[in-house]
Amino acid sequence: MIWQIELIVLIIVVICGLAAISIKDLLGAAVLFGAYSFMMCLLWAIMGAVDVAFTEATVGAGVSTVLFVAAVFRTTRRTRD
Amino acid sequence: MKKLAIVIVLMFGGLLFYSALEFPPWGDPQAPASTHVSPRYIEQAVSETSVPNLVTAVLADYRGYDTMFETIVIFSAGVACLLLLRVYRREEMETRLYRHLPTGITLRVKGERKIPKDSQDFEQIDLTWVPYDLAVKTTCRMIVPFSMIFALYVIAHGHHSPGGGFQGGVILGASVILYAISHNLRLSLLRISERLAVLLCGLGVFIYAGTGLLCTLYGANYLDYSALSQLLGVDPVTARSHGILMVEIGVGISVMAVMVHLYYNLASAGRHDEGL
Repeated sequence: MIWQIELIVLIIVVICGLAAISIKDLLGAAVLFGAYSFMMCLLWAIMGAVDVAFTEATVGAGVSTVLFVAAVFRTTRRTRD
Repeated sequence: MKKLAIVIVLMFGGLLFYSALEFPPWGDPQAPASTHVSPRYIEQAVSETSVPNLVTAVLADYRGYDTMFETIVIFSAGVACLLLLRVYRREEMETRLYRHLPTGITLRVKGERKIPKDSQDFEQIDLTWVPYDLAVKTTCRMIVPFSMIFALYVIAHGHHSPGGGFQGGVILGASVILYAISHNLRLSLLRISERLAVLLCGLGVFIYAGTGLLCTLYGANYLDYSALSQLLGVDPVTARSHGILMVEIGVGISVMAVMVHLYYNLASAGRHDEGL
């Protein structure tokens, strides 16, 4: 695998992770968490763990984002802290 | 306080990184896992279970107990969500919206007033109602059956390609959730009711544990699928492959039901009336 691509994906993972915990908008945090999961899925695939990548794509990027959005829909969209 | 928290997090993060450096490098042939554990599976798994995908063979056969208790963890998560969120005292909402289907007029009904009871002309719609979107509904209606077929393929083809019960179950659940999002929660509850979802949660775990119990009834260890060869009428190696498929189906059913059930409870805050 080309190491430059791995590095870029890894940097995006770190940025998404930091942004997801620092952003005030909860819906934005849910979307960023989905992006984080998708990039992690790419990393698993790069490392050859295709089954884990598949699980990450379905659970992390797919259903858990929907569940987060559903939970945000029932609370306020902005955090207070 | 916040500074102290940051210092503690950095300290333990550094400790983690420091200890991670002691791990053998990625893909090191001299690592303990590569010298003792992996060769055994790589050399024997296909001849012992006739499953080309090693991950599935290890997950559902050699490490069958782990996967069973993972399924039970997911089942418990579904039950915990039910206990925490579900609201059983059903209060009629103060105002309700109905659409009169022949004319398309929306009616707002307040308090005790009701629409004619057995009338087929009215359809209840959500208070946070978004206008009827033909493009979204039609697209989702076209996608849902295909994603369900794909989910069944992922479950059944887990022996030969990446996939298996967990992934297939999640895709199956996601297609039901997609239907609920694109239409509404009430229609989805008509298709898969809460009772059915909870029953399926239990049924999946029951299939998994029952397969293991069946093995003990034939005189082998718990979850030793080669004992099923008499029941299925095949040789012990193929019986292990079929046993893996049986437990994968159980996992898929359980995961699908839990995902759907979690969505129902989260989207409607446990009231199961209207949601996202």
